[in-house]
Amino acid sequence: MALSRLSLRSNPFLKPSTTSIRRHVSTDTTPITIETAVPFESHLCDAPSRSVVTSSSEILSFFRDMARMRRTEIAADSLYKAKMIRGFCHLYDGQEALAVGMEAAITKKDAIITSYRDHCTFLGRGGELVEAFSELMGRKRGCSNGKGGSMHFYKKDACFYGGHGIVGAQIPLGCGLAFAQKYSKEEFVTFALYGDGAANQGQLFEALNIAALWDLPAILVCENNHYGMGTATWRSAKSPAYFKRGDYVPGLKVDGMDALAVKQACKFAKEHALKNGPIVLEMDTYRYHGHSMSDPGSTYRTRDEVSGVRQVRDPIERVRKLLLSYDIATEKELKDMEKEVRKEVDDAVAQAKESPVPEPSELFTNMYVKDCGVESFGADRKELKVTLT
Amino acid sequence: MAARIHGGAGAGAATALSTFNPKKLVAPPSRTNLPARNSKRYIVSAAAGSDGSKKSLLRVRHSQKLIANAAVATKAEESSAPTGTGHELLLFEALQEGLEEEMDRDPHVCVMGEDVGHYGGSYKVTKGLADKFGDLRVLDTPICENAFTGMGIGAAMTGLRPVIEGMNMGFLLLAFNQISNNCGMLHYTSGGQFTIPVVIRGPGGVGRQLGAEHSQRLESYFQSIPGIQMVACSTPYNAKGLMKAAIRSENPVILFEHVLLYNLKEKIPDEEYICNLEEAEMVRPGEHITILTYSRMRYHVMQAAKTLVNKGYDPEVIDIRSLKPFDLHTIGNSVKKTHRVLIVEECMRTGGIGASLTAAINENFHDYLDAPVMCLSSQDVPTPYAGTLEEWTVVQPAQIVTAVEQLCQ
Repeated sequence: MALSRLSLRSNPFLKPSTTSIRRHVSTDTTPITIETAVPFESHLCDAPSRSVVTSSSEILSFFRDMARMRRTEIAADSLYKAKMIRGFCHLYDGQEALAVGMEAAITKKDAIITSYRDHCTFLGRGGELVEAFSELMGRKRGCSNGKGGSMHFYKKDACFYGGHGIVGAQIPLGCGLAFAQKYSKEEFVTFALYGDGAANQGQLFEALNIAALWDLPAILVCENNHYGMGTATWRSAKSPAYFKRGDYVPGLKVDGMDALAVKQACKFAKEHALKNGPIVLEMDTYRYHGHSMSDPGSTYRTRDEVSGVRQVRDPIERVRKLLLSYDIATEKELKDMEKEVRKEVDDAVAQAKESPVPEPSELFTNMYVKDCGVESFGADRKELKVTLT
Repeated sequence: MAARIHGGAGAGAATALSTFNPKKLVAPPSRTNLPARNSKRYIVSAAAGSDGSKKSLLRVRHSQKLIANAAVATKAEESSAPTGTGHELLLFEALQEGLEEEMDRDPHVCVMGEDVGHYGGSYKVTKGLADKFGDLRVLDTPICENAFTGMGIGAAMTGLRPVIEGMNMGFLLLAFNQISNNCGMLHYTSGGQFTIPVVIRGPGGVGRQLGAEHSQRLESYFQSIPGIQMVACSTPYNAKGLMKAAIRSENPVILFEHVLLYNLKEKIPDEEYICNLEEAEMVRPGEHITILTYSRMRYHVMQAAKTLVNKGYDPEVIDIRSLKPFDLHTIGNSVKKTHRVLIVEECMRTGGIGASLTAAINENFHDYLDAPVMCLSSQDVPTPYAGTLEEWTVVQPAQIVTAVEQLCQ
């Protein structure tokens, strides 16, 4: 997966001359073993080894994908301020390592379901940039035909189940996905992502109980970015050790800003879930933006804290340092890659801006699935009228 | 086994369905574009005479033999005998039969709910299914409505067809978020990518002194949720038919059963059949007034109808069955014929199904009404425990008779 994505020649946005001449880094898959900086903490299970097997092409793909995600979120920020994106817009910058690390450990047949902070997860599942931006701007070309918005990205063919606005409601859905996987006897797992805020929802514990009782291949991933909107974890949780909250369910705490650690943990979790049932992963991560675009993000935390994390723990910088220290790429090559990604994103935004808004008749499509030939009316009961199919 | 779709009325084996020609009854320029219907028709005698008493003109091919029991006082209603053999069973057995047939037919159908498996279901609707289909297809869940409803919806997103049982409909209030936001909306917000073919079912309604929390009528709360369909069964025949249709439907369907109707006995056909989810059932055709009802109130209405017939009235009784969307086609044609409407329901007056139906009839058929639409509903109170008080919260046949007399003046 990482390989095909990385083949620079197939990417229409790139000029072939930027391919590295001295080493075939883009296709080099010789395994490299790297130790994660932070050890794993475990609960009721043995932690996986800190040595992660990867390859230069994989690390390079991490860099490119995270750079793409970062640029997407920043572009979304400016589009929101330009009022082209309305309503709610929850940005994921700072947490990119989670999305790429998870993708590296699983297949497209494993299911992922997450909350409203879903842009980058969607991209990680193979979503197209232009689809993402069109959906954000409410255009027809969007992944949900413009009818979902920022919080409702879905990609059925890649087993990405969204995109949910209500905090915590996706967790029972995720256990349902795992149940369906068990029912069909295919060896796939479900990753149900939620935040530190949602970790206090009752339905999480209800779903965990059922998942453990029925041995469902469900992996519950707590993206602990330490703030539930404006409330820090120490103010909302009596026990902020979210990986231990499963009680009888094993848990693992992972450095969520380290893509390789995330990859290792997800790989471990997948093996565990297929054999032993559910497991809780707590990803220690951080978001640079506020909770959403309407939250400046500075009333409940200091700017120093944010810039501190950015300097010390930024996921893209860590991968950049890795690439440089292992001599996989040069400064210039990485900068060029970032420039290409930026152009890719800008092109997608321009394309999305061109996309038309949905037709008025789209108001009533996809309400029901066929065999329901009844009528529905617009607000004035006369002008807009359609037979629901 | 080809399933036959019967338009509402119960039937024997080889009934010839005469095509219901709406133009015969109605000669108006239709103000609303009622959707064109095909095939599924009722057998209604269009050539009814104009005199008052029509006791014997029940030409509806009904094979509805209702055995009186303490819960619902009815009388056996017989017209033409069914030509097929059929078999007699109780309503909960009919539901079970429908469920079992669908589970046999499609391996994706599974059942989840509290005590549905080993216990056999608190109202025995799922009795024997766990032994037959195993624990993975008939799942005993812990008591967590929010979570297991969400689980059912998540499983449905991948293609499974769960039948989610609320032990009592009132408990599904805990799952309201999942039903409203996920079940109803996911098909729309994903741009059509996901379908949610779940069936959410359970007994509701006012029972025998069960107390306020266990006597809830949730159809009024759920009716606004866009994207779901709601049906209410009232006889063993339509219970089985609606259960099967709901399971086969690609849309999320909420099937409302009633605690007091589970022991109704009726003879239903041996061969496979399903009922149309969006159609209303013509219980008793008439000329003077249209009475719209559903679920348990159907029996109160039929009881009142006997009194009314004795007094010389000819009520047309329609069991609306489809609570969302309303079958405005059937209802509209009836209104055009009789010009008077009485709605009898068990929901509370405020914001109930009757309230929406009143609005819909007023909006669409105003020109055909000779009198204001009257709606008899339960009182806007929590259902009290005391038997006499409980009796006064729901509509009784005597009140229906009074209302009809009032409307028909």
